[in-house]
Amino acid sequence: MIDLIQASTYAADIDNLITLLAVLTGFWFLAAEGVFFWLIWKFREKPGQKSQYLVGKEKHVKRWITIPHALVLVCDVFIIVGAVQVWYNVKQHLPEADSTIRITGQQWAWTFQHPGADNELDTADDIFTVEDLHVEVDKVYHFKLESRDVLHDFSVPVFRIKQDAVPGRSITGWFEANQTGEFDIQCAEICGIGHGIMAGRIHIEDANTHAAWISSASAATSP
Amino acid sequence: MADTVVDVHHDAHAHDDHHHGPSGIIKYLWSTDHKIIAMQYMFTGMAMGILGGYMAYVFRMQLAFPGISVPGFGQVSPGEYNALITNHGSIMIFWLAMPVLIAAFGNYLIPLMIGADDMVFPRINRLSFQIFFISVLVLLASLFVEGGGFGGAWTSYPPLSSEAEFNLTNLGSTLWLTAVALEFVAFLLGGINFITTLMNARAPGMKAYDIPLVCWMIVIASILFMLSVGPLIAGAVMLLFDQTLNTGFYDPARGGDPILWQHLFWFFGHPEVYVVLLPAIGITIEVMATFSRKKIFGYKMVLYTAVATGVLSFFVWAHHQFIAGIDPRMANVFTITTLLISVPIAEMLFVMIATLYGGSIRLTTPMLWALAFMAEFLIGGVTGIFLGASGADIYFHDTYFVLAHFHYTFFPIAIIGTFCGFTYWFPKMFGKMMNETLGKIHFWGTVIPFNFIFIPLFVLGMGGQHRRIYNFQHFPELAGPEMYNLRQTATIALLVMIAFQLVFFTNLIMSLIKGEKAGKNPWKANSLEWTTESPPPHGNWPPDQMPVVYRGPYEFGHPDREEDYWPQDEPA
Amino acid sequence: MGHARPLATSRSATGIPTGRLAVWWILASEVVIFGGLLGVYIMHRIGHPEWAEAASHTQTWVGAINTFVLLTSSFTAVLAHQAAEKGDGKKAAKLLGMTILGALTFLVIKSLEWTNEISHGYTITANTFWSFYYTAAGLHALHVIAGAIIMGVVAFDAYRGRELHRVELIGIYWHFVDVVWIFLFPLLYIAK
Repeated sequence: MIDLIQASTYAADIDNLITLLAVLTGFWFLAAEGVFFWLIWKFREKPGQKSQYLVGKEKHVKRWITIPHALVLVCDVFIIVGAVQVWYNVKQHLPEADSTIRITGQQWAWTFQHPGADNELDTADDIFTVEDLHVEVDKVYHFKLESRDVLHDFSVPVFRIKQDAVPGRSITGWFEANQTGEFDIQCAEICGIGHGIMAGRIHIEDANTHAAWISSASAATSP
Repeated sequence: MADTVVDVHHDAHAHDDHHHGPSGIIKYLWSTDHKIIAMQYMFTGMAMGILGGYMAYVFRMQLAFPGISVPGFGQVSPGEYNALITNHGSIMIFWLAMPVLIAAFGNYLIPLMIGADDMVFPRINRLSFQIFFISVLVLLASLFVEGGGFGGAWTSYPPLSSEAEFNLTNLGSTLWLTAVALEFVAFLLGGINFITTLMNARAPGMKAYDIPLVCWMIVIASILFMLSVGPLIAGAVMLLFDQTLNTGFYDPARGGDPILWQHLFWFFGHPEVYVVLLPAIGITIEVMATFSRKKIFGYKMVLYTAVATGVLSFFVWAHHQFIAGIDPRMANVFTITTLLISVPIAEMLFVMIATLYGGSIRLTTPMLWALAFMAEFLIGGVTGIFLGASGADIYFHDTYFVLAHFHYTFFPIAIIGTFCGFTYWFPKMFGKMMNETLGKIHFWGTVIPFNFIFIPLFVLGMGGQHRRIYNFQHFPELAGPEMYNLRQTATIALLVMIAFQLVFFTNLIMSLIKGEKAGKNPWKANSLEWTTESPPPHGNWPPDQMPVVYRGPYEFGHPDREEDYWPQDEPA
Repeated sequence: MGHARPLATSRSATGIPTGRLAVWWILASEVVIFGGLLGVYIMHRIGHPEWAEAASHTQTWVGAINTFVLLTSSFTAVLAHQAAEKGDGKKAAKLLGMTILGALTFLVIKSLEWTNEISHGYTITANTFWSFYYTAAGLHALHVIAGAIIMGVVAFDAYRGRELHRVELIGIYWHFVDVVWIFLFPLLYIAK
C-alpha cells in the first residue's frame, strides 16, 4: 500500500471513515465469498446423487436471506452516519477563517491569489502566483474556487480535499494544514489536452517562513 | 402481400431459399428474423469490443511506459490519449455492453424463451439494428476527422464538450454526440419491441412467473433505459445546439448552467449501470440454475429486488456529483438513497448464492463464467459503497479507485456476462458444442489477469492517482518507482489477458467448423429454446408444433421424477 | 418482397392489442424526453426572472390560434377513429386528411411566426430564453411533421380498407402531440 501523509485536520477523519467502510464491507465480502466457495465445493456433482428440490418459500429457509438482509441495513445506517458526519465537517460546515485565498483554474494552470501582508483578499498587496500555493500551518483557510473556461477540480491528496471549479461560480471551501511540507496539487477533472500538465504545488510553511515568503514576494511584485 | 401467408410457416429446409429478391449479404442485412438480427448485434458488438480493447492496450502502454512508441499505434499525444480513453469508455458501454447484453441476447432469447416465432415488430427490430449500425459508422468516422476524435471523457461535461475552442475537436465532438444519440434511438426502438413482445407474445399457458428470469431482466432493463434516457436526449439536443449553433444552454455567461448537463447525464447514467447489469444477472441466473440443477431460490424475490433496484436507481444520480459544486446538503440525501440500493442488490446476490445450496454443481465453461461473475461483481459492489458514502468520496472521487471500482462492475457485466451467455447458448445458436478444454483455458486466462489489472489500480487510486492524466511526470508524488511498478503490473496483465482472447477466437472458429453436433438440449435445461432444433429454423418451431407451457423454467431435481429436469413444454 | 407477419404479432397475452401497447410505451418515452426538456426550462425560468422581458416578445395570439388549430385536428382524429371502428375506411381516411390539413396549417403559421421573430433579431442565439423557445417548439414541430407523414400512410391504407386499427393508434399519438403543445403554449407564450 502507498502511505499517504495526513496533512490536514480532517484527513484523519476521512481515513477513519474509509477504515470503517473497509471493515464493514470487508466482513460482508469475505462472508459472502466464503459461503459461496464453500457451497460450490460442498455441492459439487457426485455420481448418482440428485440435486435437492428446494423452493425457497418456507420461513425457516427464507431466514437465511432475511436475516443477513436486515444486518446489511444495519451496516448501512452506521455507514450513513459516519459519512454524513465527515461530509458535514468538511463540506457543509465552514469554520471561522484566519485567511482567505482565491484559486482560479484555467486551461491549463492554477492561479493563486494570496491576501498578502494585510491578510485581506482583493487589496493592492495581494500576491498572485501560478502553480505555487503558499499557506501557513495550523491556520484555517477559506478558498474561493473559480474557473475561467471549463470545469477543473482542485485536489490536494494529502489534505484529502477535492472540489470542482465551475465557470460562472465561486465555490467556497476550507482547509487547515497540520504539518509543514511541499505537496502535489492535481487537477482532478478532465479539462482538455493539457489536463495532464495542470499540476501545482502547495507549500505549507510555519509562521516565520510564511511571513518571510510574503515579504519577499511582495517586494518582488511591487513596482 | 399474397405470398406472405405461405412465408409465415414453412419448414426449416425451405427456409434457406425462400426469400425472394435480394440475395447473399444484402439478404442477410435486410433480414427481419430475430435470430439474425441478434447475431448482427452480437458480432458488431464484439468487433467494437475488440476496438475498445485495442484502445485500452494503447493507453495502458502509454501509462506504464510513458513516451514509448506503442507497437501498432506509435507515440501517443495528449490529444490522442484523451480521444482513446473517451472512446474506450463510450464503446465499451454503448457499443459493447448494450448491443450484446440487451440487443443480442434480448433478440435471440426473448422470442425463443417465451415460445414465439419472432418479435412482434420484426421490421422495427431491423430498423433498430440499422440505426445502431449507422451510429457505429458515425462513431468510427469521428475518430478520423480533422482535429481527431472527441477527448472530453465519456461523460462529456460541458463547457469542455460544448466549445470547440476548449476541446479542439470541433467535428470529433459533434460526431461523437451524434453517434451516441443515434445509438439511444436504436435502443428505444429495440426496447419497445422487447417490452411488447414479452407482454403479449407469450406461448399459451405461460404465466408471468413462468417467464425465464433473463427475459424479465432484459425487459426491466429496457424499461429503465426508456424512462431514464429521455431527459438526456433533450440534453444532448441542447449540447448539439451549443456545439453547432452556438446557443448557450451550458454557458454560464449566457444564463446557462454547466452542471445541468451533469444532472441530465447521471439521471440516465446511473440507471444505465443497472440497464446493463440486470441482463448480465439474468444470464448468470439461467446458467447457475442449469448447472447446479436447482430451482432458483426465490424466483419472485429476484424479480422484486430487480424492480426495487431499478426504481431506487432513479434517485441516486447525484452521488456522481458530490464535489461538483451542488448544494452540499443534497449530498446527504443522495448518500442515503445510494446506500439503500445496497439492500436489494445484496438480497439478489444472496438469493443467487443460496441457489447453489443443495445443488449438483457441474463446472462447465459457462458455469465457471457465471460463478466468476458472482465472485468478481461482489468486489465491484462493495467498493461502490466507499464511493456512495459522501465523506469518503471527497477523497476517492475521480481517482483510480473509482476506475477500478466500475471496472469490477462493468468487466463482470460486459465481458464475463457476455462470455457466460455466449458459451451457454452457443450450441443453440450454431448447433455445435464448443471445446471445453480451450474454453477453460480461455476462462482462467481472462479472469486471473483481470484481477491483476485492477487490484493495482485500486492501490494507485488510494495513493491519490487521478484519472485521465496521460503522463504522471508532472506530479512528483505520482512519479515514484513504486507507482510505476503497479502501473506496469496492470499493463502486463492486460497484455496477458489480450493474448488469451486468441484462445477464444480459435475455439470459436474450430467449434464452428468441426465442433461436436449439439442436439436440441445438450445441457438438459428446461426453458423453451431447448425444445427446438439447434440452430432453430426460421419461425423457431414448425407452425403446428408451437410450444405450450405447463410449468416454470427452473423445475430441476423434482422429487417425483426420474430425470432431474422437467421441460416447460412437457405435459404433466 | 412481402413481409410475413409473425404469429407473435397476433398474440395478446395481456388482452391489449400489441399495437396499442407499443404506442403507449412510445408515448412513455416521449413523455420523459419532453418532461426533461420542460423541467429544465422551468428550473431556468425560475432562476432567471429577467427572461420575462424576452418572453414578452412572443406573440401570444399566434400561439392561441395554433392551439385552436391543433385541438380541432385532434377532434377530426377522434372522428376518424369512430369511422374506422365502424369499418368505414374511406370516411376515416378523409377525416385523417383533415387532421393532416390541421397539421400543415399549424406548421405554416409556425414558420410565419418564426420568420417574423427572426427578422426582429430574436434568433436561437439571441439569449437562452429564445434557445429554449426554438428548441422546445422545434422538437414539438418535428413531432407534428412525423405525425402528419405517418398519418398520410395510415390514411392511404385506410382508404383501401386495410389496417384500420392503425387509425386509432395514430390518433393516440396525435393527442399526445396536442397535449405537449398545451404544455408548451402557457410555458413559452403566456408566462411573461
